[in-house]
Amino acid sequence: MVTFLCNTPFPRVKMKKKLTLLLVAMVAFATVASAQGRRGLRINEVMVVNDSSVVDDYGRHSAWIELFNSTYAPLEISSVYLTVNRDSTKMYPVPLGDVNTEIPPRQHVIFWADGEPSKGTFHTSFKLTPGQDNWIGIYDADGLTLIDEVLIPASMLPNTSYARKIDGVKYDENDAEAWEVRDGSGNKYITPSSNNIIKDTNNKVEMFSQQDEDGFGMTIMAMAIVFSALLLLCLCFYAISKIGASVNRRNKERSHGIDPSEAAVAGRPEHDTGEEIAAIVMALHEHLDTHDQESTILTINKVKRAYSPWSSKIYSLRETPRH
Amino acid sequence: MQFSDFIMQNLSEFWHLTGFYNATWQHFVMLAVGLFFIWLAIKKDFEPMLLVPIGFGMLIGNIPFNTEAGLEIGIYEEGSVLNILYNGVSAGWYPPLIFLGIGAMTDFSALIANPKLMLIGAAAQFGIFGAYMVALLLGFAPDQAGAIAIIGGADGPTAIFLSSKLAPNLMGAIAVSAYSYMALVPVIQPPLMRLFTTKKERLIKMKPARAVSQNEKIIFPIVGMLLTCFVVPSGLPLLGMLFFGNLLRECGVCTRLAKTASNALTDIVTILLGMTVGASTQASEFLTAETIGIFALGFMAFIIASSSGVLFVKLFNLILPKSKKINPLIGNAGVSAVPMSARISNNLGLEYDPSNYLLMHAMGPNVAGVIGSAVAAGVLLGFLA
Repeated sequence: MVTFLCNTPFPRVKMKKKLTLLLVAMVAFATVASAQGRRGLRINEVMVVNDSSVVDDYGRHSAWIELFNSTYAPLEISSVYLTVNRDSTKMYPVPLGDVNTEIPPRQHVIFWADGEPSKGTFHTSFKLTPGQDNWIGIYDADGLTLIDEVLIPASMLPNTSYARKIDGVKYDENDAEAWEVRDGSGNKYITPSSNNIIKDTNNKVEMFSQQDEDGFGMTIMAMAIVFSALLLLCLCFYAISKIGASVNRRNKERSHGIDPSEAAVAGRPEHDTGEEIAAIVMALHEHLDTHDQESTILTINKVKRAYSPWSSKIYSLRETPRH
Repeated sequence: MQFSDFIMQNLSEFWHLTGFYNATWQHFVMLAVGLFFIWLAIKKDFEPMLLVPIGFGMLIGNIPFNTEAGLEIGIYEEGSVLNILYNGVSAGWYPPLIFLGIGAMTDFSALIANPKLMLIGAAAQFGIFGAYMVALLLGFAPDQAGAIAIIGGADGPTAIFLSSKLAPNLMGAIAVSAYSYMALVPVIQPPLMRLFTTKKERLIKMKPARAVSQNEKIIFPIVGMLLTCFVVPSGLPLLGMLFFGNLLRECGVCTRLAKTASNALTDIVTILLGMTVGASTQASEFLTAETIGIFALGFMAFIIASSSGVLFVKLFNLILPKSKKINPLIGNAGVSAVPMSARISNNLGLEYDPSNYLLMHAMGPNVAGVIGSAVAAGVLLGFLA
């Protein structure tokens, strides 16, 4: 089919150009899409000294790092790098080929910082160091793009975690780093592989229930938005129709051999709908009584067209080819 | 075990599986409602394309059976055939496909030629928010109130889309209510239009719309999508598909795709959507006091929407020059029951002046209503989801 379409050198070059453009666009899109997805990866909770908290698959207590997919789409994290050294950004590459490296939307995975990568995908090649600041970073597959980082303070006690106050949220309302130390007391639960904050209600609905009991606020806001959206569209199309009408008029004048600037000076009716012209023509027609004289002879000829599937429209590539 | 005992035991077990054994009066009520819908569609010609699938779906969904037998036949039983088909409703992907078809079917020329008619489509959305306030007053939570109120947009797919996100438990009642009132548009709207207009206003003749160039028709869906979705990104599934369908129609180089979107695809999705929405009205889920409340609120939302469109035109006429006055009979078309409400404007206009054809003028607010209700749904989703 391609050979058939490209039987002359010119279309072949043209098609090659098109294909190259398409390929470039696809690669660019894939790169951007991938980058956008990876940016949603967050370090969510970290425990540096784990004596009596959760255990890994081997029943051992180790330091752990919880990562969170803050997006609403699955996030594949294989080939991103985990590191504790700013100078060595490629310390632990998350291995390829493990189905568990795809984090479901708004879900978590735990990496055990035990320095034993041979134990599986989720065991890093590095350890966290108790008693000193631990910087942890995640780098994208290029080893250059920093996706997220956190500095765990040296003051962390055993079995306490350093966690985001709200899952995946980088900064609080005061634009401060939204992290806190959690020791399991009160509301400060340690939550490996689980949400740092449990939402049992829809905050937005709660807020509307309390602040807008009669729905008046919603009505004003929503109607203002609906009107704004359609007003914007309305104004935009007024502008487009003005430009379109002006361009059409100029084109028409040019096709009739009239210089647009001269026509503007001569002055034309602003809204030339053709109705007046039609009325004048009708009046002249009636006045001159110029009715067509029909021959009143009707001839019916039988038209016979030999059918062939080769010439059938049904088998053509495009049902309605462009004229 | 005797052979006769074996036969009797199996027949007895089978009897316990039959509809006759498991039937309750609620099932018969719902079956009657289903039959009524089919009768309305076939005998009275009320939106037959919608009411026949919905009505028959009601019959399918209300066949009594033993829900504890694990037969995997109920619409709410995971893995059943009906449940798989119902996924398009519960996950909300049928409505955007319907919008694709609507876009491919709709000619926006009337709106492009006279963009100010878009504001009528916006004004009619007041029905949604009027009903929202009343729903709150009746004790519905804000998210439920939003889902119910969208019935006022007179847009079945939008109502299903929004209720699947905000109040999935009320979706069956909301969808049936929305489609019922859409079918009853010819009954509900004319008295309101007569009530709010004077004879002089009904006789207003509007200037014929200017011809719209092909370029404008191509630019409209692109600019329309970009502008509306930048304002309300939460309306993207509906608005994106609506304008995409329209671009397929107008671009002139995707005729086959436009034809498929507006015919085959829309027909397939309409069948599946109508049937599964009907089947979702299982008596146990549907026959509740809430459903009656939803029907009452839906009716009220329709009345407010139609009235506010007409009243907005009257208000708008106060600032328009005499030569550009709008006939308020096209105000009702601001609800997005396309093209039914535009036809009503036309019929009523002809009733008072046999030479006053309002159809093309009414199509402007009518299609603006489609955009407006999708924007309103996006706003509610953004605020409450």
